[in-house]
Amino acid sequence: MSSDTGNEVLISAENLGYTIRGQQVLKAVSLKLQAGETVTLIGPNGAGKTSLVRILLGLKKATLGEIYRKPGIKIGYVPQKLHIDPVLPLRVRDFLLTAGRFDHQQLVAVLEEVEMAHLLASPVQTLSGGEFQRVLLARALLNRPHVLVLDEPAQGVDIIGQQALYQTIKHVRDRHGCGVLMVSHDLHLVMASTDRVICLNTHICCTGHPDDISAHPEYLKIFGQAMEGLAPYSHHHDHAHDAHGNVIPLAGDNEPGQHEAGTHDR
Amino acid sequence: MIDDFIINALLAGVALALVAGPLGCIVVWRRMAYFGDTLAHSALLGVALAVSAQLMPILGVVFIGVVLAALLFWLEQRRELSADTLLGILSHSALALGLIVFSIIQARVPGIDLMAYLFGDILAVNQTEIVWMYIGTIFILSVFAWLWRSLISISVNEDMARTDGINVSMVRFVFMLLLAMVIAAAIKVVGILLVTALLIIPAASARAFSSTPVQMVLLSGLMAVSAVVLGLGASFYQDLPAGPAIVVAAALGFFLTRITSARI
Repeated sequence: MSSDTGNEVLISAENLGYTIRGQQVLKAVSLKLQAGETVTLIGPNGAGKTSLVRILLGLKKATLGEIYRKPGIKIGYVPQKLHIDPVLPLRVRDFLLTAGRFDHQQLVAVLEEVEMAHLLASPVQTLSGGEFQRVLLARALLNRPHVLVLDEPAQGVDIIGQQALYQTIKHVRDRHGCGVLMVSHDLHLVMASTDRVICLNTHICCTGHPDDISAHPEYLKIFGQAMEGLAPYSHHHDHAHDAHGNVIPLAGDNEPGQHEAGTHDR
Repeated sequence: MIDDFIINALLAGVALALVAGPLGCIVVWRRMAYFGDTLAHSALLGVALAVSAQLMPILGVVFIGVVLAALLFWLEQRRELSADTLLGILSHSALALGLIVFSIIQARVPGIDLMAYLFGDILAVNQTEIVWMYIGTIFILSVFAWLWRSLISISVNEDMARTDGINVSMVRFVFMLLLAMVIAAAIKVVGILLVTALLIIPAASARAFSSTPVQMVLLSGLMAVSAVVLGLGASFYQDLPAGPAIVVAAALGFFLTRITSARI
């Protein structure tokens, strides 16, 4: 379904500035998002990522600059922090229905896309971080959006779940052919599933393909120090996990879940 | 043999409970209890103004509600003071101002009774008022049903609701108007000082036994109706003040649901 609509601009911003209480949050930010591509905003805390996203969505007014949104565009939005108060009794089903009128089949279908169909009748407050983020993604997909805007979609998700979640986001994008605008603070996690990275720290420091960005001096200036002294711990896995945490064997491995005997002995 | 005034009181009380229970759920979900209280306290000023202008009290209450909401919105623009502090300021200054205006009117309009407004005067409700209350109840419930999905949506997350195309400010404003209307009707039943109880206690009691928003709204309505019936019964047979008896019945119901839900 991802088709030739590839180059159509869905959202763009020209020379955005945003100042609140004398504090400059965004300065001269220009960007555009096209159909079928995934753009990831990265930057340290306080870099203005969430402000930029909220301005692009029309939830906030920029102090300066121009915003273009394709007329009639439908946006599926996953906000950064979503806490549902326990006083509101809400099953996943009821939560999805806040997005509009849908029948049972449509709800099950959208949950299947994110592998959460078994949770349809569960109270949202009982879901784990990873499950909740997937349900949020499902809700954002319900209205067949042209653009998915995901603000830190992997927050509260463990490291294995994060990779699986970014995979799901990629599949969903390919299936729906929509544009994706993501916010993340970890380049390495999103590298595989993103086409273009925008490194933001009040202004746009650098932008480009994830491989180029990871070696870009501006990127290293911001993130380099944070990485120093963090020796990467890499090790080999003989199995992987699906979205439910079940062990699934890697291709060519016929003994799932079995660690090599003696590896942990002194 | 039951007297007419007790039947009238029951009819009026049930009409109010049918709206206070459901709307109270939104108040609880959106953490608007203090806002409801402020709206109720300012209602005295609305009543006083309406009486002096020879208008229906409900018009005064809704008018003051709108003024209050606008004032709150304006005050919240500068962020040094939190919403609950601002509401505390508005709530009590509106009540004090209401008491002053009321005392001025009292000298000019004989027979107007402050206590009836502060604590309710349900036994004095007449049939015309009951007809109006039921028309109001049907109207409020219709608008409530029409806004239902939007109300849940903004209770979950306003930003998400806005990106879905919901006019959040409009929904909030209309809900505030509905709340002001409920409060205006409730003054006659439980009085200005106890109105909020009828909004939040039944809703809070209903939470433990509900797993969906619709269930909670229906159960909350049922709880409110029961509180009205029990309270009026106690008031009739034990000669207790009616408004406070209704609120105490609701509160007893709440603690009872706490105990039973803790056992389950």
